[in-house]
Amino acid sequence: MTRLDTHIIACIVFAAGITAVGILVDNAYYLQVMIFIGVNTLLALSLNMLMGYAGQISLGHAAFFGIGAYTTAVLSTTYNISPWLSLPAAIFMAIAIAYIVGVPTLRLTGYYLAMGTLGFGIIVNIVFREWYSVTGGASGFVGIPPLSVGNFVFDTDRSYFFLVWGVVVFFFIICRRIIDSRVGRALRAIHDGEHAAAAMGVNIAKMKLRIFVLSAAMASLAGFLYAHQVYFISPGTFDFLASIRLVTMVVIGGMASIWGSLLGASLLTLLPEWLHAFADYEMMVYGLVLMLVMIFLPQGLTRGIVDIYENSRKKNDK
Amino acid sequence: MQEFLQYFFSGITNGAIYGVIALGFSMLYRATDLINFSHGEFVMIGALSMLTLTMTFRMPVIWALLITVFGVALLGLLFERLAIRTVRRPEPIVLIIITVGASIFLRGAAMLIWGKDSHTMPPFTAHAPLDILGARLLFQSIWIVLIALLVAACLHFFYKRTLTGKAMRAVAINKQAAWLVGIPSKVMVLLAFGLSTGIGAVAGTIIAPITMPAYDMGAMLGLKGFCAAMLGGLGSLWGSLLGGFLLGILEAMGVGFVSSGLKDATAFLLLLLVLYLRPGGIISASIVKRF
Amino acid sequence: MPQKRKCRIIAMVTAIVTTACLLCISTVSAESEKEPIKIGGVFSVTGPASFLGDPERKSMELAVDMINEAGGIDGRMLQAVIYDSEGDPSRAVRNVQRLITRDNVTAIVGPSLTPTSLAVIPVVERAQIPLVSCAAGNRITDPIKPWVFKTAQSDIHAVASIYGHMQENGLKKAAIIIQSDSFGESGRDQLVEQAGDFGIEIVAQENFGIRDTDTTAQLTNIRRADPDAIICWGTNPGPAVVARNVEQLGIDVPLYNSHGVASPRFIELAGDSAEGIMLPTGRILVADLLPDDDPQKEVLQNYIAAYEDRFGETASSFGGYAFDGINLLAEAMKGTDGDKQQIRDNLAQIQGHVGISGEFNFSETDHNGLAPDAFVMVRITDGDWELIE
Repeated sequence: MTRLDTHIIACIVFAAGITAVGILVDNAYYLQVMIFIGVNTLLALSLNMLMGYAGQISLGHAAFFGIGAYTTAVLSTTYNISPWLSLPAAIFMAIAIAYIVGVPTLRLTGYYLAMGTLGFGIIVNIVFREWYSVTGGASGFVGIPPLSVGNFVFDTDRSYFFLVWGVVVFFFIICRRIIDSRVGRALRAIHDGEHAAAAMGVNIAKMKLRIFVLSAAMASLAGFLYAHQVYFISPGTFDFLASIRLVTMVVIGGMASIWGSLLGASLLTLLPEWLHAFADYEMMVYGLVLMLVMIFLPQGLTRGIVDIYENSRKKNDK
Repeated sequence: MQEFLQYFFSGITNGAIYGVIALGFSMLYRATDLINFSHGEFVMIGALSMLTLTMTFRMPVIWALLITVFGVALLGLLFERLAIRTVRRPEPIVLIIITVGASIFLRGAAMLIWGKDSHTMPPFTAHAPLDILGARLLFQSIWIVLIALLVAACLHFFYKRTLTGKAMRAVAINKQAAWLVGIPSKVMVLLAFGLSTGIGAVAGTIIAPITMPAYDMGAMLGLKGFCAAMLGGLGSLWGSLLGGFLLGILEAMGVGFVSSGLKDATAFLLLLLVLYLRPGGIISASIVKRF
Repeated sequence: MPQKRKCRIIAMVTAIVTTACLLCISTVSAESEKEPIKIGGVFSVTGPASFLGDPERKSMELAVDMINEAGGIDGRMLQAVIYDSEGDPSRAVRNVQRLITRDNVTAIVGPSLTPTSLAVIPVVERAQIPLVSCAAGNRITDPIKPWVFKTAQSDIHAVASIYGHMQENGLKKAAIIIQSDSFGESGRDQLVEQAGDFGIEIVAQENFGIRDTDTTAQLTNIRRADPDAIICWGTNPGPAVVARNVEQLGIDVPLYNSHGVASPRFIELAGDSAEGIMLPTGRILVADLLPDDDPQKEVLQNYIAAYEDRFGETASSFGGYAFDGINLLAEAMKGTDGDKQQIRDNLAQIQGHVGISGEFNFSETDHNGLAPDAFVMVRITDGDWELIE
């Protein structure tokens, strides 16, 4: 049984579980939270492909999330174009911008790459905020229509739940296939040692750009799904802090781990809901949690727990 | 002409603020190869502490400044010891998240201690704004420039002439080699943090009178200060100041001649330009990894 | 190899199980009591707009307690369930969703800001639950949505007050400088739209960021346009910086501000440069200066006394928005036994309700219920407010 098969079985099991949840859970609030987790999982997954597998830090990923959301918002609301047409437009927009920004930025490494992506993310956010005539400015964009197929409208939480999680599971499988392919191996080679990879004939620049574009497209799709769920978007959702939150999801969940993306997204979406109890201390606790996880489990929770397990086994073997 | 001069002064005022914050960034990077995303928060704590000491406890400015700087430097030492040194995998991404986590933590703590409002304190000297050819410059701005230059000069002296300073530079160049010749690198890194956050505190104290400090002031200032450091050349002291002034002036000119809505974008556009075209900054002090 | 695969499987299982557990933990529902009437509150208690959300939260708690002490509504006690939106629209949506489906509230007061309010409107409309927003944006009640009301005075009236005063004093050319956020944008829209009605020409438009430390460049542009008056639209601390810079540059034209700085904090921040600044404000700021026959005076003084007594800080018009929200809902709830449709219908018919923000007269075409006289113009003189007649 190959790794891919194991993974597909896991996905099927997961899909079954999620379907059960979607049918049994009645409470709109829980469904909404889980839809948010789904959108965040897609985002975390997209960033994980870039950061975890290809090893490229991005502190501006929320920009692509926003580009997807705003493109579909403007096209489907202001210009009355069907959302199913604005979807490819949103993805194309993200791909185009990813290409343009990616070429110069991906030549950088380490901190410089982080700063480059950070600068890009903030500039995009400023555009969202200042381009009042198109985006509605800081006050936000209202009136985004729901998605519909024929006569069926995706305006209930349950229908959207299945839509979002269907997309997520789809990408679980797709990403695994990419990682296990030649492209994936090339990416991991780049992650482990750029120069060695280049010496083996890997076209570094092209590979990096490709994965950057893919992750941008995925994030844009997440933006599309988000916009048509909440019917209102504003620049505040796509700012620097949002990008940091995405990075945190990836890192805490586990870099280079598809299921880690799920864990990280779940944790970071639910954490603020739990921290309600802390009220004024919420920010401090959040920051503290980030630091502690990074100090003690830098590979993220998924690997971290595996490591603990492995270490305890080694001790027992002695 | 009067207008151009006013834009220039506006640029100097902001530029001095950015420059003095950039100093802290640069200095730390130079000594440890680390970028501290929470540097803005140390500046904020410096500003708010200064405020409390002068307004609530009625301390004279000099004493308040010294106590603030030492206090924040101590905080920086604590930070290094607890959060940085204990890291198991000191990779850039891990350190970035830790410092980001620290900035959120510090912001949360500041919110609890100082509340959510903005505060104000009087400038160091009660002096009317200077009138030069019709353009006005606040006296506090001159204080900021002077103190920034003083700090940079002290650091320069420290690095070039004192043994500790040279030891710090050695650790930055090659930790192992420095350790081999007997330099305690851990202590050096600790010291570097203390120094950097101390400088951040100095920045906070001198900008407190004109920035209306609040618990969330660190975020944008930190980012822009970083852009200034990159512009001038990360790791270069004079580059930081130069970058700061340049950023401030270009921002003001942008407002004056283009549009005020895009003011914030100026810093980051410049950052991208620098990264793409000349990552070493104006005064290339470090070798940049570029493929 | 099997070892590694085992580890990977463990990792996957761990992740999935943990996620499931997290979801389960979060779905532990709170016990619901049938007796009290629950009113939800969503405010930006933390975050940059905490100067709005914090007093609003406190005022809501105060109002609920005051109503309960007086016997509740038809014998049933009120219970406040308040969440912090942190000024984030996504968070506000989730808060509202939680209030509706988990906490089973009968009505909601808040949110504090225009973006957060706009974000939750689709949710409350779909769930058919009355919402009384505390935000200033005109777009919240225009166009009218059946379930959405608001208590904060509109920018429309604030701008009208300022322009009215300018017109009375023969000031024709205005330069506006606005904060780069929804409040500033809303103000700018109204300033631009109403200028013609008052014979005013806008000669310059500038922006400043929420945390900007220096606006002399923008003001230099404004000075070049030679205005008769400058109108600054923002919330603390931005306008205080603008005020200081105006004084620093020696620009000697009247400076107007918005009701966003109608608080003592503004005078503190702006210091001497606050002198002479004029702005529209709800009557709460000058409650003691009002003539005794002013219908709002007593209500205001009671609120101020109760608020300051309980929370030890100065009462503001911001807290008043939530206070009004609760009291309006309380009035609408009488005799409805918690029926949301009836509450909504009652709300839309409330007339002559004297609140903190003004006298409310709702109708099916007006869900804000306030008139231009909800504002009075004040001038800052000797570090305090002075009523302009």
